[in-house]
Amino acid sequence: MATVIQRRKAVSLNPLKSSAPLGAALAYLGIEKGIPLFHGAQGCTSFALVLSVRHFKEAIPLQTTAMDEVATCWGGASNLEEALLTLARRMKPGFIGVATTALVETRGEDSEGDLRLIMERNPELAETKVVLASTPDYAGALEDGWASATTAIINRLVEPWSPSIRSFQQINVLPGVHQTPVDIEALREIIESFGFYPVILPDVSYSLDGHIAESWVPTSLGGTSLSEIANMARAVHTIAIGEHMRTPADTLTAMTGVPATVFPTLTGLEPSDRLVSLLARLSLKPVPGRLRRHRAQLVDAMLDGHFHFGGKKVAIAADPDLLFSLSQFFAGMGASVVTAIASTGGNRNLQRIPVENVIVGDLMDLEDGAAQAGADLLVTHSHGRQAAARLGVPLMRVGFPIFDRLGVSHEETVGYRGTRSLIFRVANQFLSESHEHRPEDFGSAIPAPVITTEEGRHASGTFATH
Amino acid sequence: MAESLNAKITALFDEPGCDTNVAKGEKARKKGCSKPLQPGAAAGGCAFDGAKIALQPITDVVHLVHGPLACEGNGWDNRHAATSGPELYRIGATTDITETDIIMGNGEKRLYRAIREVIERYTPPAIFVYSTCVPALIGDDINAVCHHATEKFGTPCIPINAPGFVGSKNLGNKLAGETLLDHVIGTMEPERSTPTDINILGEYNLSGELWQVKPLLEQLGIRLNACITGDARYHEVATAHRARVNMMVCSTALINVARKMEERWGIPYFEGSFYGIGDTSDALRNLARMLVARGAEADLIDRTEGLIKAEEQRAWSRLEPYRERLAGKRVLLYTGGVKSWSIVSALQEMGMVIVSTSVRKSTDNDKQKIKDLMGGDAHMVSSIPPREMYAQLRRGDADILLSGGRTQFVALKARTPWLDINQERHHAFAGYDGMVTLVRELDASLSNPVWEDVRRLAPWEQEDGEAEFDDEGVPALVPIG
Repeated sequence: MATVIQRRKAVSLNPLKSSAPLGAALAYLGIEKGIPLFHGAQGCTSFALVLSVRHFKEAIPLQTTAMDEVATCWGGASNLEEALLTLARRMKPGFIGVATTALVETRGEDSEGDLRLIMERNPELAETKVVLASTPDYAGALEDGWASATTAIINRLVEPWSPSIRSFQQINVLPGVHQTPVDIEALREIIESFGFYPVILPDVSYSLDGHIAESWVPTSLGGTSLSEIANMARAVHTIAIGEHMRTPADTLTAMTGVPATVFPTLTGLEPSDRLVSLLARLSLKPVPGRLRRHRAQLVDAMLDGHFHFGGKKVAIAADPDLLFSLSQFFAGMGASVVTAIASTGGNRNLQRIPVENVIVGDLMDLEDGAAQAGADLLVTHSHGRQAAARLGVPLMRVGFPIFDRLGVSHEETVGYRGTRSLIFRVANQFLSESHEHRPEDFGSAIPAPVITTEEGRHASGTFATH
Repeated sequence: MAESLNAKITALFDEPGCDTNVAKGEKARKKGCSKPLQPGAAAGGCAFDGAKIALQPITDVVHLVHGPLACEGNGWDNRHAATSGPELYRIGATTDITETDIIMGNGEKRLYRAIREVIERYTPPAIFVYSTCVPALIGDDINAVCHHATEKFGTPCIPINAPGFVGSKNLGNKLAGETLLDHVIGTMEPERSTPTDINILGEYNLSGELWQVKPLLEQLGIRLNACITGDARYHEVATAHRARVNMMVCSTALINVARKMEERWGIPYFEGSFYGIGDTSDALRNLARMLVARGAEADLIDRTEGLIKAEEQRAWSRLEPYRERLAGKRVLLYTGGVKSWSIVSALQEMGMVIVSTSVRKSTDNDKQKIKDLMGGDAHMVSSIPPREMYAQLRRGDADILLSGGRTQFVALKARTPWLDINQERHHAFAGYDGMVTLVRELDASLSNPVWEDVRRLAPWEQEDGEAEFDDEGVPALVPIG
């Protein structure tokens, strides 16, 4: 049981968090022909846009209601209306997702009410589905924004269960914000291999994976279709990933009666087994040979890889569900998590992280913690590069944003295959740091006392590691 | 919003140093120059963004942002403003105010404590404190907090009042300049001062461009007192009022600083550029002339001419091998301001054809220079919508797009070479060497075999429907056994 400690510092040094509206924008980008719209000053959008472009290396259609001084004084409803009308006219999106920012939320605007009136009096918006999520920057982080947006989409666009709805071999998936496009692709394959039709909400596997389209598309390049969202009540089961997707899952269940399973993580052998056996049970089909083979490969990777994890000290900073997932992974492979920093503190899984204290803090807390514990590896997003350079410890980039590496969308982390590649990534990182043994590594010639420490066990281990 | 900030913005818009403003009638001048933003079709940063961009390159201070997370959290450590020493400026420091702070009115207290924590941890020579929308809205008085903290801790705490909603990035640049005038420049005296001391205003040392220019100055014995703000130290900016000449690089961003430094301390300024070979030479000439007028040794002018001659010769001879490779290639130049013309002559010298250049952010002066260089305004365009630009590039109207990050994917998705010439670029393009680098990068991009490969249709996408894949000699697949 970990104790979750909220730091009492007034200053955040090297923030770990990305803001909630950005999380909402990423979710909206997973809807077909969608455009996210920030209700705030244009800087709110500009910063989020630049950061997302640097992460995905893709054009990101993100727009702003461009609140200026006058709108800030008089209220933003007319800006919201003008923005929606302009977007509908210029880009003809099928879907616009509005995320509020700290600016309008501090004013205490009733944006939801404004939106209702705007939709009523503008017939030209009839063709566009508009959803609004309340995501002030001063509360929560990326996961919260992503979850709020997903909940808002479900509330607005899913048709509630009615006797006319026929059940169908469909599985709903509510992925967390920490799933990469290729993770979603992998989940789709696993689910399809049992003969199910997956409806994934939000689905960034085609909109943010990085591919070349045949023409210029001003909206998202793909994503969940509106009709699929409307028909989510047809599914036999809903799979949600990460504790932050519990609220969207509960909302969906309440509306549709479709039972839901929330997986805390899908990284690792045991969580993957749970997913596969659930699908096998639901489909009444045997586990396909390809998945069995992937499992066998993962077990082999765990055996080959464990040498390089054992005794290693890892410092991780991430959004709560990603932190939980990675901590379980590292601990499960024999490494010890010496420092765990979460961006926000509300997630109940934080207490299950195998570490004494989980600190809700920033990257300076990570740096200080890693320095104190003598960590061998830092695990966080690209902004951890400063800490890595100062400490001389390698950095493994995870989460958002990763702006100084390519191929981020194609790093697989879920299921047997994703876990396997994660093991190889980490093991190779440790291997590249390994050094040739020298006499001074082995202490003096005097016989050593009986070894009891962690490090000691490792040093006298029976396996050759290099 | 505070009265004083309103007054400041009105005054900024009525800038006598700005040609566009001077050319306006009385009435138009009163309206200011902020363009109304169109909701749903706006692009670009806010005033806070602009202020941060202009001041962040001061390397030895801590930049502390008072606001909710997004303002700093989504934008820190994102530009390549390089440092030759201190790394403090790269730290992302923010009060990350929460709902409770806003409701309970704890913002000012939190800011004060944050300042104390920063001083305790880093003891910086100064802290730059930025206001953002939310504190401005709830009435946090950052001036008062900074004043109090400065007295209490003895570390200058500089308040920067440029909340995002007051306007554009450009306005933020200017508000940052005002802050320097109000709180920094002239607050310290230099240890020594020479007759050849200069400041460069509006140069941010992105990708180390200042260091492409600095050696030229050093060869002439010109001492860079302060670069405002590229690779600057706090004391350099604070003593900038003792320089003899100011050179203003990024034409409109810090014009208020240049003009007021002339008013207050009698430092003459000129507008110049280090982009392009001819422009670099002109800038050096102007510097020499103005320094001599202010008491530097008269031989500086001759020495400058000597250096220019040698450097230009060296640059052109280094460019020569590229002429044949680049001649006839068509360039779409999509930037603004100075860059819309300053690199044109070098490209033309290479035999390249400028298909068009954008004049979105250019002044009348800029436009005249384009006309002089390219003959007529046929090549001038304002903004091109992404879809239109995509179509142009897909059609092959240009061989390469030179622009900023915003249009990067328009070019790449149209499978067209692209080179970043705006702030996120990774290469330094200033001075004589910079132009050689630019041409080298152009060539590297244009001659990359990848373009031909990616433009090729897949064998099954050929227009006649027949696979053109040459499978002769490829063994057919036969079942084994």
